[in-house]
Amino acid sequence: MTVAVDAPNPSDITAHPPGLATRRFKDSVFIVWGIIATIIGLGTLVALVSELVNDGGHRLTMAFFTSYPSSDPAMAGILSAWVGSLLVIITTALFAIPIGILAGIYLEEYAPKNPITTAIEIAVNNLAGVPSILFGLMSLGIFVQILGNPERWFGFLPAGFRNAAADMFGQSILTAGITLALLILPVIIVATREAVRSVPQEMRQGALAVGASKWQTTQHHVLPYALPGVVTGVIIGISRALGETAPLIMIGGLTFVAFLPITRPGDAAFEVIGAVDEYGGPVTPGATESIRIDHDGVVVLPDFSEMPVEAGQTYDLPHGSTVQSVASWGDALASWSPSHWLGSEFTVMPIQMFNWTSRPQAEFLEIAAAAGLVLLVITLLMNGTAIYLRYRLRRSIKW
Amino acid sequence: MERDFTKKKLRLGEQAMEGLLFVAALIGVLIVVGIIYVVVSESAKFFAQVSAIEFLTSTTWTPLFENPEYGIAPLLTGTFMATLVALSVAVPLGFLIAIYLSEFAGARTRETLKPALELLAAVPTVVYGYFALLFVTPILQSWLRPLGIELPGFNLLSAGIVMGLMIIPYIASLSEDAMRAVPRSMREGSYAMGATRLETAFRVVVPAAVSGIVGAVILGMSRAIGETMIVAVAGGTQVQMVTSPTMQGATVTAFMAQVALGDIAWGTLEYNSIFAAGLALLVLTLLFNFIAFWLQRRYREIY
Repeated sequence: MTVAVDAPNPSDITAHPPGLATRRFKDSVFIVWGIIATIIGLGTLVALVSELVNDGGHRLTMAFFTSYPSSDPAMAGILSAWVGSLLVIITTALFAIPIGILAGIYLEEYAPKNPITTAIEIAVNNLAGVPSILFGLMSLGIFVQILGNPERWFGFLPAGFRNAAADMFGQSILTAGITLALLILPVIIVATREAVRSVPQEMRQGALAVGASKWQTTQHHVLPYALPGVVTGVIIGISRALGETAPLIMIGGLTFVAFLPITRPGDAAFEVIGAVDEYGGPVTPGATESIRIDHDGVVVLPDFSEMPVEAGQTYDLPHGSTVQSVASWGDALASWSPSHWLGSEFTVMPIQMFNWTSRPQAEFLEIAAAAGLVLLVITLLMNGTAIYLRYRLRRSIKW
Repeated sequence: MERDFTKKKLRLGEQAMEGLLFVAALIGVLIVVGIIYVVVSESAKFFAQVSAIEFLTSTTWTPLFENPEYGIAPLLTGTFMATLVALSVAVPLGFLIAIYLSEFAGARTRETLKPALELLAAVPTVVYGYFALLFVTPILQSWLRPLGIELPGFNLLSAGIVMGLMIIPYIASLSEDAMRAVPRSMREGSYAMGATRLETAFRVVVPAAVSGIVGAVILGMSRAIGETMIVAVAGGTQVQMVTSPTMQGATVTAFMAQVALGDIAWGTLEYNSIFAAGLALLVLTLLFNFIAFWLQRRYREIY
């Protein structure tokens, strides 16, 4: 590399090269440009937050969090959206955290040098650059169409098995959770690998020297020190999953949900007997089913007449009837079981916000801004925590 | 507490654990295989009804007309236009920030500003969409009106600009890493020759870090190509050949989201068309990843 110095007389090295003042001035001008560029970047964040606060801040009341969406923007809220987001994120975390950490440990501590390891490495590195909407496309193909319609593909399997698959997959919370888990897997794997790699070799050698096995060494001497780094990666991954919209739109996340996948005590519960067509009529008219009623309530028969029912009794009800009851604490607790809500249809915060943003009325844009503000605050807080953890980590551990 | 570490038990546990770890790692490969399988097999059904030549050469995408035409070109022009706008925002800004942070700013400033800028990449993209539609577009409209340009409410210009702001951290952060990896001795050599900081930055550090910088730009670019929500919210849904950033237009991703939002029946041509669009997206992303890989190999300087 050569640097042109425009000195008139090369032998006179004590003289200042002419034009030095100009060159120094260019330096300071560049610093100003650098600072302006940085300010534009950070200013975007400030503008984003203030725009959302300005548009939707006044809609952030308690009622906003406890109301269902509605065609009346003044009444609408994000209850079904935040509950849906929470359940989807729990599912995502249950899949992504263990698999991501185990895969990261394998690649860093165990993987032998062979073509399979190379294939895994290439796959993980490339997945990080795959557009998120393609993950949605894959889930649409596999979890919604194949596993969600088992009678079309797996006619040879027993009916109980097929029904269980149809209940769980399709456009469900489970499908959404798995989709997002696959999406953030590379984030967690890469973070785990970096954290595990930074634990010095002496720690392992010490443990191995006193007779610990490979997994004992990893479990007791590598993982504890790698944990803060792993947690940082997990938080960043989860916050990314929370804000993802496109893959969930692909698998058919709903834009208007006025029910909760889990029941609260006191909620009205409706149970339809038998299979019904899209107009609510029975698929096989005249068929009946013996149902044991759990609560006092009312049954609406297919001809819309009402029949009071008592708890503990068994009734023969025609298909197409609806059992109406009020959920007790017991029902509410039972509905918390994952087998109950994993197969439920869902919406999430970003889809709810997207739906409101795409409506022309200004009132809907206000609640879209309010929902966006909630989403933004949560993701920025999570990322802030991750950054702080990383900072603490760099300061506290000195090998 | 005494624990029984008999060798046999231990060995079994060890092997089970190793197996479990291996299966977890293998899932990464399964995802890649799954994506390719679904996209290719469903696209195959599409190409059984629509010729690949029409798909690649036709300039209209009109699946709902009586004589439907399926040309990917309008969607690709939308994607390229939005990406072009995004890059013309993100590359200069990201590059300036990277040089400033790496060569001029003090360690403390850098340690504070870098994570703060990385927050830009953490914002949910649907929130960016709202920002593009309701903050950037009105501002651009008021700026462009005196120039005689009437900007429609949905346009790729504001979507692209906001997309550019979103990918600043990718370009700035990774370029900065590449520049900081250039050994100190090279800078000192340059200073000893009488070069100023700016001259050192542009004539020594940047050429030495060029492979990393190009990699950063291409990563940002593939993020922009795959971005869905910003263009779906602010770019409009009209499928047309896009020739100017002030037009509205659908991108490949926005089209896919648009179709998925409607009720599409499995097995119809419309359903299969989103997989054909997905295939185009996949090929495009892999192509850019490959170019980045090749450029980095070609121009890597090793110290």
